[in-house]
Amino acid sequence: MADKLRAQQQLEQLQARYVGTGHADTTKFEWTSNIARDTCSSFVGHAPLLEYMALGMGESKEKVRAMMIEKMVQPVGKPPEVQD
Amino acid sequence: MSDAEFETIKRLQQERNAAAGKKKIFEATDAPTDNGKASLTEAFDSNLYESGNTDKFAGYNTSIAVGEDAEMEDVELNGRRLVGQYTATKEQMNEYAHGATQEDDILMSREQQAQISARESDYQKKRYDRGPLTPTRADAFAANSQAGVQGEGASYREVMAMRDLEREEARVKQLITEKKTNGQNGSTEHAPTLKAEETSDKENGEAGSTVAVAGRKRKQRWDVASENGEAPADNEQPSDAKTKKSRWDTTPAPDSAAEAAAARRRSRWDQAPSLSNAGPAANQGQATPAPPQAGVVSFGTDISGRTMPFSDEELDMMLPSEGYKVLDPPPGYEPQRYAARRVMSTPASEPAAGFGGFMMQEDTPRAMGKQMPTEIPGIGPELAFLKESDLKYFDKLMDGQDENQLSVEELKERKIMRLLLKVKNGTPPMRKTALRQITDNARQFGAGPLFNQILPLLMERTLEDQERHLLVKVIDRVLYKLDDLVRPFVHKILVVIEPLLIDQDYYARVEGREIISNLSKAAGLATMISTMRPDIDHVDEYVRNTTARAFAVVASALGIPALLPFLRAVCRSKKSWQARHTGVKIVQQIPILMGCAILPHLKGLVDCISDNLNDEQAKVRTVTSLAIAALAEAANPYGIESFDEILNPLWTGARKQRGKGLAGFLKAVGYIIPLMDEEYANYYTSQIMEILLREFSSPDDEMKKVVLKVISQCANTDGVTAAYLKENVLNDFFKSFWVRRMALDKRNYRQVVDTTVDISQKVGGAEILDRLVANLKDESEAYRKMTVETIEKIVASLGAADISERLEERLIDGILHSFHEQSVEDIVLLNGFGTVVNSLGIRCKPYLTQIASTILWKLNNKSPSVRQQAADLVSRIAMVMKQCGEDQLMSKVSVVLYEYLGEEYPEVLGSILGALRSIVTVVGINEMKPPIRDLLPRLTPILRNRHEKVQENTIDLVGRIADRGPESVNAREWMRICFELLDMLKAHKKGIRRAANNTFGYIAKAIGPQDVLATLLNNLRVQERQSRVCTAVAIGIVAETCAPFTVLPALMNEYRVPELNVQNGVLKSLTFVFEYIGEMAKDYVYAVTPLLEDALIDRDQVHRQTAASVVKHIALGVVGMGCEDALVHLLNLVMPNIYESSPHVIDRICEAIDAIRVAVGNGVTLNYVWAGLFHPARKVRQPYWRLYNDAYTMSADSIVPYYPNLGTDNLAMEELFLVL
Repeated sequence: MADKLRAQQQLEQLQARYVGTGHADTTKFEWTSNIARDTCSSFVGHAPLLEYMALGMGESKEKVRAMMIEKMVQPVGKPPEVQD
Repeated sequence: MSDAEFETIKRLQQERNAAAGKKKIFEATDAPTDNGKASLTEAFDSNLYESGNTDKFAGYNTSIAVGEDAEMEDVELNGRRLVGQYTATKEQMNEYAHGATQEDDILMSREQQAQISARESDYQKKRYDRGPLTPTRADAFAANSQAGVQGEGASYREVMAMRDLEREEARVKQLITEKKTNGQNGSTEHAPTLKAEETSDKENGEAGSTVAVAGRKRKQRWDVASENGEAPADNEQPSDAKTKKSRWDTTPAPDSAAEAAAARRRSRWDQAPSLSNAGPAANQGQATPAPPQAGVVSFGTDISGRTMPFSDEELDMMLPSEGYKVLDPPPGYEPQRYAARRVMSTPASEPAAGFGGFMMQEDTPRAMGKQMPTEIPGIGPELAFLKESDLKYFDKLMDGQDENQLSVEELKERKIMRLLLKVKNGTPPMRKTALRQITDNARQFGAGPLFNQILPLLMERTLEDQERHLLVKVIDRVLYKLDDLVRPFVHKILVVIEPLLIDQDYYARVEGREIISNLSKAAGLATMISTMRPDIDHVDEYVRNTTARAFAVVASALGIPALLPFLRAVCRSKKSWQARHTGVKIVQQIPILMGCAILPHLKGLVDCISDNLNDEQAKVRTVTSLAIAALAEAANPYGIESFDEILNPLWTGARKQRGKGLAGFLKAVGYIIPLMDEEYANYYTSQIMEILLREFSSPDDEMKKVVLKVISQCANTDGVTAAYLKENVLNDFFKSFWVRRMALDKRNYRQVVDTTVDISQKVGGAEILDRLVANLKDESEAYRKMTVETIEKIVASLGAADISERLEERLIDGILHSFHEQSVEDIVLLNGFGTVVNSLGIRCKPYLTQIASTILWKLNNKSPSVRQQAADLVSRIAMVMKQCGEDQLMSKVSVVLYEYLGEEYPEVLGSILGALRSIVTVVGINEMKPPIRDLLPRLTPILRNRHEKVQENTIDLVGRIADRGPESVNAREWMRICFELLDMLKAHKKGIRRAANNTFGYIAKAIGPQDVLATLLNNLRVQERQSRVCTAVAIGIVAETCAPFTVLPALMNEYRVPELNVQNGVLKSLTFVFEYIGEMAKDYVYAVTPLLEDALIDRDQVHRQTAASVVKHIALGVVGMGCEDALVHLLNLVMPNIYESSPHVIDRICEAIDAIRVAVGNGVTLNYVWAGLFHPARKVRQPYWRLYNDAYTMSADSIVPYYPNLGTDNLAMEELFLVL
């Protein structure tokens, strides 16, 4: 009982600190959003990768960066309808 | 030291050893023989030579009266004692009865000791005097209240009127008592009270006056002597009849008690005794003769037993069992015991209380009070405890009423009661759920029902710490939920919580602060102020004090600026000085509470109280100066500009004050000076110094402490120069503070030492040492000790460079002298000696012979503590002896120490071993005398000693020898030592276990691992877990020092023993081996893999757990070494274990997987994880998410390339398909 409670608290703490972490009830939508966001931020964060993509798309680096950041808003589309 | 002297010591020592040996033999034969056989060593003629058994002195008077003229002592001649009566003051006698220094009262039961009230001081007990909780207050700030509509409860105006009434009552009561003590014969006339009050304040009179007071002085009558206390003021009241009676030649100022006694004596024969004379002395102080108290019932009048209802057993006896029926009580009927028991329980349970003699206790349940119930309906039997005092609060739960017939309110009350009982007395899990229920339902329960039950519990006298803590916690939680609903109860809560602020327990104080700050956040500033305002000028000082502290907490919770306008108003109150006093006290408490956080508001706070420095009331002036001191202390080193305005009044005020007031002013000055820049500090110090120098000779302890503190603060500031201190301060300082008397009081002692050290930082060590060294030869031991402590601190911080040759000589001489003369061996002297010798370094050479001979003589002393101290001194100064090149001397000392290895006192033996160790360290193994091959065999038996100090020092010494010069002893001896060391592996102290483990490593290195390893492997089979773990560690160390290939084969062979403990031990040792050898493991991974395979698929989960930690250490050791294939193989074996549920096992497994992830990369490991993240079964998903989270938190960025391709719908990342 106490262990379970502590594990629960630890998980909540972890979640508060790292948004990308999950738990047994994480939905596919949440998880895919997170990994898509992580991917975008990784592209933005690694300058050579960003440059490569900018070249490939024929855009400026800054535009690609802005695009990536923009994409992080709803990376996998709208959240699924909540069914009651 | 001459050789002759050395010889003498040696001879003496041998004699002593021989005598000790002989004594043992004698002891065997000396034993008294009472078994009828004649003893061979005893004389037969017992008439002539008395045997020990008969009393030679039977029939004689064996003692003489020492106090022969005891009866003469009490003789009085003409009412005067012939013999002086010397006794300690009351303060001295009661020093250990109260407060922090209080000693445990052995007569108090343990139950009582646990209670909070048992350790409260009289002042703290005043909280019970605040009487019943005040009525609920109206909430004037409620959101929906309409103008003119009176809410429930007392309004602000009513409360203020009540306070006025109380003040008036107190004033009248005081007048009555005064009258009683002054004029018994009723002939007093009514004097104008206002003027009398003005002069009745003793402190005010004696403390002189400041500017403002000087102005007021005109109002005083010319004939009122302001220097004297209240009694003379009374005497000189113009129409006091008593003054007529007083004889012209009697001294004019007897205190009022003596006056009263005199009056009583006079009235003895010529008039009828007045009421209070005739009455018992206890009534003396009371204003009106108290009516007999309700609780005290005299014998025979206690009718509670007769009126108590018949118990069921009695009714069963009286009434026939057939034909009668037990009726249910009518609906709505409630038995009255709740209130009845509260008053009557004590007298009813102690029928003999009012009667002198012994009475047989009636053994009926009625007389004994109700037996403690074992089970309470609705709670069950598993309460942790139940006290008698709990019953009166919780007895409703036990009256067995049918809950279905109760109203909603009653049900709610019972529900709360049950939850509170669970919280207060329940087991931890019960408490937890109950606390949560109370918190969650707080708003449904409502503030009234909750607090009406919680607060009386907190006022209970038998409350214990734990219970108080829990109840306070309940309040805290409930406050959050209730929010503004608590407003009507703020005062009640404060009354209960404020005492916590002056509790002696730090945590209680913190708890109190927490509650009050939450309360003020919930209730809002306006409510807090209107609730506490009436208490600010309360008649009782206790209430004002606690209110001030509570206000400071409110200020820290709601911000100082919010409270400042109010504080300003209070501090300038014209109506009562109590209000000003409390206001200033609040300002004093704020910096104490908040520290440097007051800095932004410093100006405002100082402005609040600046006028009160010139207050007409001495108490207000004193507390103002203390408040300024607190503000300056918190602001240090900033904020001098805020104090600009008060500098002048403070300094001029300090010149005019005397006594307690002056102490406060000086304290403030002392804290402000460090804030100033150099010039100002210098100027202001010189201004105040005159007063300080004058107060050097003050007899008052408090003043002494303040003066010393101020001096050290002045000395620490840059502006005060060394020359100034030398010229103006030092002489007087030494004259008045370096006196023997100061060494006797602990607090003064400390203060003087600290101040002297502070001054020395400025004026240099030599200057001070020069004045101090003479004290080293003083006859008072405490004084010498104080000197040595000061010298030690000065020399330690300033070094010995400026000590001249002459001073050096005197210093060493003095320290040696005081070292010799100590009657109780003290660590202070030892430290002092060590520090001085070490800082003098090579300059000690001329004195070393003398020091060594002192040590040698002391080593030969009869008392063990002297020997211990001498040995300790050796270890302190061994380094210096080596520096001075006194090798000869050292070897002499070490030979003597060696001789003493037979020492029987473990403390001393430990010190001797420590001394030997430090000599070995500085001399080196090869030059050591006696040679190591003699020394080590003597140490082997000592290893068996169980005493911690001995163990620690021997193992250290042995380890050092094993490390530096193992060749001086043969292998057989080392093996013997190995066996002894095994026992040390289970020592309690970690340092000893670690040293033993290291020593195993050294020995293994010295004599080869085979034998040592065999010993250790055998030890793996013992039952004791601690011992096995330590053996495993030792094996790890051996593997590290002698290369793994010497150990692993034997270890893996041992795994074949079909015994769980042994196999586990082997795995455990493998853990340590791989932890210690790190990347050396790359050569052994493939060798141990089969063993691990076997272990990882074992049925026993501890097996798998330990194997997993081996895997972890291997994986972390071989990162990047090309062993990935083996690790993936191991991962395959570890992975199925992630469904383990035992926390230890699963933790180890996850660690192992993490380690492998680090070694083989995220890609490979995460391939295992994707499979389970969205498995239909939650039990499966859970551990996989844990693995994913671990990977994510540790290396989020590097797992991005390995995210699975979710190329359906709109999830694909097209950017990744770009090709240039």
